[in-house]
Amino acid sequence: MSAATAVSARTRDGRYCTFMLGDLHLGVPVSAVQEVIRAQVRTQVPLVSPVIDGLMNLRGVIVTTIDLRRRVALPPAPSHIQPMNVVIRYEDDTVVSILVDEIRDVIDIGDVELEAVPATVHGGCRDLVTGIHKRDGSLLLILDTVKLLDIPGTAARDRNALDADGAEQRAGEPGLSIIANQFELRHQATRRDQ
Amino acid sequence: MDDDELDEVMTEFIIESRDNLDQLDQALVDLENNHDHEVVARIFRTIHTIKGTSGFLGLATLESLTHVGETLLAKVRDGSLPVTTAITTALLSLVDAVREILQSIGMNGGEGDLAYPDLIAELTELSTAAAPVADTAIHGAGMLGGQLLREGKITEAQLAAALHRQDQGDQRRLGEILVEQGAITPAEVRDALKTHFDDQPNANETIRVDVGLLDELMNLVGELVLARNQILEFVQPGAELAFTATSQRLNLITTELQAGVMKTRMQPIENIWNRFPRVIRDLTMSCGKKARLEMDGKHTELDKTLLEAIKDPLTHLVRNAVDHGLESPAGRVANGKPAEGVVRLRAFHEGGHVIVEISDDGAGINVDKLRNKAVEKGLLGAEEAAALSDRDMIDVIFQPGFSTAETVSNISGRGVGMDVVRSNIEGIGGSVEVNTALGVGTTFRVKIPLTLAIIPALVVAVGDDRYAIPQISLLELLRLDVSTTDDGRTVLPNVEWIQGAPVHRLRGRLLPLVFLRDVFAGRVIDGSGFDDDVALRLPTGGESLYIVVVQADDHQFGLVVDGISDTSEIVVKPLGRLLSNVEAFAGATIMGDGRVALILDVMGIAKHVGITSGVRQASRPTIDAADSMLFDTASSLCEPLLLCNIGTRRFCLPLEAVARLEEFEADAIELTGRRRAVQYKGEIIHLIDLADVLSVPCERVDGRPVRVIVCTDDGVSAGLVVDEIFDIVEEEVAAADRSSDFGIRGTAVIHGLITDVIDVHQVLRGATPALTVVAEEVAA
Repeated sequence: MSAATAVSARTRDGRYCTFMLGDLHLGVPVSAVQEVIRAQVRTQVPLVSPVIDGLMNLRGVIVTTIDLRRRVALPPAPSHIQPMNVVIRYEDDTVVSILVDEIRDVIDIGDVELEAVPATVHGGCRDLVTGIHKRDGSLLLILDTVKLLDIPGTAARDRNALDADGAEQRAGEPGLSIIANQFELRHQATRRDQ
Repeated sequence: MDDDELDEVMTEFIIESRDNLDQLDQALVDLENNHDHEVVARIFRTIHTIKGTSGFLGLATLESLTHVGETLLAKVRDGSLPVTTAITTALLSLVDAVREILQSIGMNGGEGDLAYPDLIAELTELSTAAAPVADTAIHGAGMLGGQLLREGKITEAQLAAALHRQDQGDQRRLGEILVEQGAITPAEVRDALKTHFDDQPNANETIRVDVGLLDELMNLVGELVLARNQILEFVQPGAELAFTATSQRLNLITTELQAGVMKTRMQPIENIWNRFPRVIRDLTMSCGKKARLEMDGKHTELDKTLLEAIKDPLTHLVRNAVDHGLESPAGRVANGKPAEGVVRLRAFHEGGHVIVEISDDGAGINVDKLRNKAVEKGLLGAEEAAALSDRDMIDVIFQPGFSTAETVSNISGRGVGMDVVRSNIEGIGGSVEVNTALGVGTTFRVKIPLTLAIIPALVVAVGDDRYAIPQISLLELLRLDVSTTDDGRTVLPNVEWIQGAPVHRLRGRLLPLVFLRDVFAGRVIDGSGFDDDVALRLPTGGESLYIVVVQADDHQFGLVVDGISDTSEIVVKPLGRLLSNVEAFAGATIMGDGRVALILDVMGIAKHVGITSGVRQASRPTIDAADSMLFDTASSLCEPLLLCNIGTRRFCLPLEAVARLEEFEADAIELTGRRRAVQYKGEIIHLIDLADVLSVPCERVDGRPVRVIVCTDDGVSAGLVVDEIFDIVEEEVAAADRSSDFGIRGTAVIHGLITDVIDVHQVLRGATPALTVVAEEVAA
């Protein structure tokens, strides 16, 4: 088997590294995760989007950390939470860390089809979720690691787009959390029916 | 021979041929100027080798091209053809064509579609101008044939027959033909090829290493430097002896390793200069000028990345020197210069930098013409232009959209302009300056850091964070004390506010201040009643702030920071994809304690706060400029002046000319020849007693300390001995007569007393002709 197919086979292996962000259960493909580490000392970067949390020194490599709560428009974490770093390595060797509240298990969902994001999910965060896996008692939202980097005001977007995008995001702020809650409710309803 | 092996041979061939071709450019130009048999032989050998290998590798176009080239060269070598400009030009085109083919092979494996029939015809025609030489066939034999011949495996007749068949259109390789002729066995061909490739000169002393590998090594060494810094922080007094010793050893080894690895990336500047003789030749031919290139210090080494980065800017400067700098041969003769102009390249190390100078002995830059042109083009207002000193005016050539050429030639204006030259050089942390003298010539001085990867920087603090400022943009550091007024407000006594924009008076000039705290907090000065509350800008409990005076482009400004911690060698790391468009930061680095610190991009910050968009400020006016401000433009003095006494008379001199004030004990003064001098921090300062020079009667008591004003003018410095230094005046003072006395520029009334203004330039030049000569020698 050549190297290329080996990689794609692994990305389709259905295992996800999962974590909590508020009451959202999120996951990213295990193959994208380089490592998971405890909170590190970070250096703030002035003049950039607040979604960029800062820079940290990961064994001599400078890694940008992303405040995932801000990215999906959740309120800041309660102060007792020590965020964890999920370090993601991209194909072009870019390394980025996302800050999450709590690390959960690696879940193997096998080759179960992911549920598409319902059309009622709007806002800037809609693009971030590639699919939803229905589990007993909760929903696992699978994040698109590439779109995660599409942050207003960073290299991916130009400076002028910043204000417009920022406004758009504020408008869609309740987006993911409300919709997620709706799912939760519907889910609970189904369980009660059973 | 299987495919992999062939690929390897092919790659080897391409790399080697490229190296050889680069030398060929220069060799051909040399040949034209100086018919040296050794040079012809060298050129012949290079072409011959390429031809031989290309025949062996089955590269038909390349082979036929080099074949005609070789035939021509053979005649030149035998002396049956003289070297003419036409021949050199044709051979240079041949070199270009070979280069193109090699590039095509390197990129897509094929020779490309071009067959160069015109070039082949031209080369053939040139070589048939003389009687044909019979044995070109043997000369034409490639390296395989030569090798077999030397080993006695085949006879000349066999080789000639095989070559003849190739010339008749047999597409097969020489080896195959020879085997078919039954002259040799396939095994012998293989052996001969093997021997040939093993025979490469210096094969054992040098190895080719992929640049990627060197980059990786450099990165690893960077890591090691950081790890070393971190380890060293653990070494406290009282630490275990073995640990201390080991870490010292680690320190030493790391430093040596760093130097060693950096050295592997170093290449002599010669590598890019090699192409300049050709550039100059082509240029002089097309614009009808005569020029000679002189190179000095071509073995000066620079990091490979930097070398690549300065290649285009330097080429542009060299082109400019010929196109704009040098006059036409007739014009030169009319001005009493030799018809042939000189373009001189110099490279040398100076204070941790490499300086590359490109000078010409041409017409120099006509500043008045420049001034008119700038006004005409709308780059400057008429008054603005008139107010600029000559030196600042010359800087206009670096403005985008500026061209001095009266007619736009096809030579300059191709590729990059001067603004791009400057921004390219500044992009790698370098700088470029111009010196020009009308009728004498122009020198461009390019200053380049030794390496990009590890740079010296000043570490400053803003709030809890530390930032690194590259030392190259640093000018000086100042402390700003904070005081509290009677009504309890915190103020910065030395900062004044213009509609919310803070400024500081630095030696009589207004230095715009940029509070980094404001910038980072997103507070931007827009003139709309910006809050000038100092308390906002102070660290908690802080009693002072620091101004880091920096230079961005031609603008000086002060970055106000909370504290200054240290200077250190930092390893520059990229910010990564997400932050690559943040203009205020050039990168990041890891500090000794393992934390990340951002590296400030001074240019970026200047842009961010809008400093560089304004009118260009004069950077450090020369004394001449200061003097002309004193008397020529207005009848009043508004420059800051230093007041001093000699005897009972009062004098003043522009503060601009003053380097520092000193007091020396009488026994520190030594005699050198007939002059008096003192040693100060390893330099010798010659003393000029103003009382003698200006013929002021006064009595000096022996053994008393002397007060000295150290002045610098155009590279000459000396200490002026006075009796008393007592004040600096900044307010406007009424000026009176000019003076014709030696060393006196004029007379003014200051504080109600008649005060003579000293002409520093005249005093320094007049009193110390010998010093002036020394300084000029040093400068040369």
